[in-house]
Amino acid sequence: MTSWQNNRATRDARIAAGGGLARGKVVEAGNATRLLEAVIRPGDRICLEGDNQKQADLLSRALLAVDLSRVNDLHMVQSGVVLPEHLDLFDRGVAKRLDYAYSGPQSARIARMLFGGKIELGAVHTYLELFARYFIDLTPHVALIAAVSADHDGNLYTGPNTEDTPTVVEATAFKDGIVIAQVNEIVEQVPRVDIPADRVHFVVKSDKPFFVEPLFTRDPAAITEGQILTAMLAIKGIYAPYGVQRLNHGIGFSTAAIELLLPTFGERLGLKGKIATHFALNPHPALIPAIESGWVRQIHSFGSEVGMDDYIRARSDVYFTGPDGSLRSNRAFCQTAGLYACDMFIGSTLQIDLQGNSSTVTTSRIAGFGGAPNMGADARGRRHPSEPWLKAGAESDPDGSPLMRRGRKLVVQIGETFGDKNVPLFVEKLDAIELAEKLELELAPIMIYGDDVTHIVTEEGVANLLLCRTAQEREHAIRGVAGYTDVGRRRDHRMVAHLRERGVIRRPEDLGINPLDADRSLLAARSIKDLVRWSGGLYAPPSKFRNW
Amino acid sequence: MEDLRFQHSVRTRAGGARQSAIVGVVASGNLEVLVERVLPDAECAIEIRTAAVGFGEVWTAVIGDFVERYSPGGLRFSINDGGARPDTVSLRLAQAVRLITENGQ
Repeated sequence: MTSWQNNRATRDARIAAGGGLARGKVVEAGNATRLLEAVIRPGDRICLEGDNQKQADLLSRALLAVDLSRVNDLHMVQSGVVLPEHLDLFDRGVAKRLDYAYSGPQSARIARMLFGGKIELGAVHTYLELFARYFIDLTPHVALIAAVSADHDGNLYTGPNTEDTPTVVEATAFKDGIVIAQVNEIVEQVPRVDIPADRVHFVVKSDKPFFVEPLFTRDPAAITEGQILTAMLAIKGIYAPYGVQRLNHGIGFSTAAIELLLPTFGERLGLKGKIATHFALNPHPALIPAIESGWVRQIHSFGSEVGMDDYIRARSDVYFTGPDGSLRSNRAFCQTAGLYACDMFIGSTLQIDLQGNSSTVTTSRIAGFGGAPNMGADARGRRHPSEPWLKAGAESDPDGSPLMRRGRKLVVQIGETFGDKNVPLFVEKLDAIELAEKLELELAPIMIYGDDVTHIVTEEGVANLLLCRTAQEREHAIRGVAGYTDVGRRRDHRMVAHLRERGVIRRPEDLGINPLDADRSLLAARSIKDLVRWSGGLYAPPSKFRNW
Repeated sequence: MEDLRFQHSVRTRAGGARQSAIVGVVASGNLEVLVERVLPDAECAIEIRTAAVGFGEVWTAVIGDFVERYSPGGLRFSINDGGARPDTVSLRLAQAVRLITENGQ
């Protein structure tokens, strides 16, 4: 007779196998490896919670120590490859195949391992794309997650860094998978229930808190005059004319400069309340002065940021918080919000080519994409109008029928023409293409496709690609803001002058901005200590950002 | 280290009365510019000592644009460069001109 409940039977068998090591659901940290050996089977799809920030580090180490005769050839499906242990798993043979989205700190090693054949790569995804596949063809058999606390039933409190946890648990627990949580403490009652107990099968108490990286803290002291100038151009050349109220910022210094210019330069331009009021954004410390000055109405967050907990708790009108008062973040929802409900994404990249394609992949580093491709793409399913979206749509298709014309999301790449060590931002050919050729990938790892990019801002000016009518115009709009890079110096001066007359390229002087005014005194905060002061002492920066 | 020298003929003398000025700092990714009013009115000279070797072409372009734009006649610029980006170089040169053409001491 056909059975239709094989997976449920397998789940029950796994729970029974691990049950011998547990009291109720609780397993001692010392038994974590034995638990994984009991529950996991060779070839399983495993989601080892490696988020953008929060890491199930105890469970990573426990998985790395398994007996290879019992656990091997795993298929890791996780959004972040962040800890060294995440890659040690492949070196040791515990895991074989990888599907992921982001690999910030491990980007150089992951490149070496891909070239060395140590990792069988499925694909580099965007966050939403990988989450989507959790529900279709990459559903985890076992999820290893991290939370702040659990009660004795297994209800979990994730703390402000909820991040990917609800999504991972949803996909795993409701498709007969096993959910194992590491927690910092076991308590009588959790402050709020982020994950209900009936979705959690085992709880391991860690002897130290899970690792969280402060990824979104930019020290204002490191912001350069070039970045300030670029930020001024973006505010006056894009935010103001389009009236961008709903947006997402990248994590670079240029966007941190924008955040710090809102209460000064932005205020002088009379833009308060007209721009930058609603964000899909992590709790960036650099946004504190704008929040305190009454610029920002609402922020939904992908994750949290180290040191911001008390500030967020005290500013619940702005942030999303639970009944306990602490931040509730959610990466999947915030990515969706950024994709469908924001009119602009503005962020930096490492390379831009002559078509406007951009990538953070270089021949020696595969950083993954994270959220940028979702933030930095037109949502083809969007149907609600807004002023910036309609205006951008009209610029790209001036002859189209207003009632039938799609709007366009503003996708802005911002950066200085030369990056660290004078490496040019603009290139004739992306390293990503070379990498794809070498690794024989079917697709080059492009972060944002050129046809989604609407503007490029550098210290030399703003290029509006929506107004370009031919590939040649587009190329010269890009060359025209590429400064003294090879790409910039190979411009046709007449063509660039013509594009400037048409307003496709706008220089600082065209926008009434004197580069000599781009001074650090314009920054609302010039140090981390200034940010603490703005927050009324509520922001508690991690020690690596303290110099007092 | 690399030493570069540029000499340009210019249309007009830089305004103001100040004899010298200094802007910037010697630091990695930054530069210091000393400007002195010591040349004939139709001349301009720029001497560069840079930590970044092999950027001669970029310097030529940056200095060419700068001279064209500001016509800094009578001025000699001495640059101590710690591998600054070209946009930082342009900014410091413009700041140096602004300072020396200001009125007063």
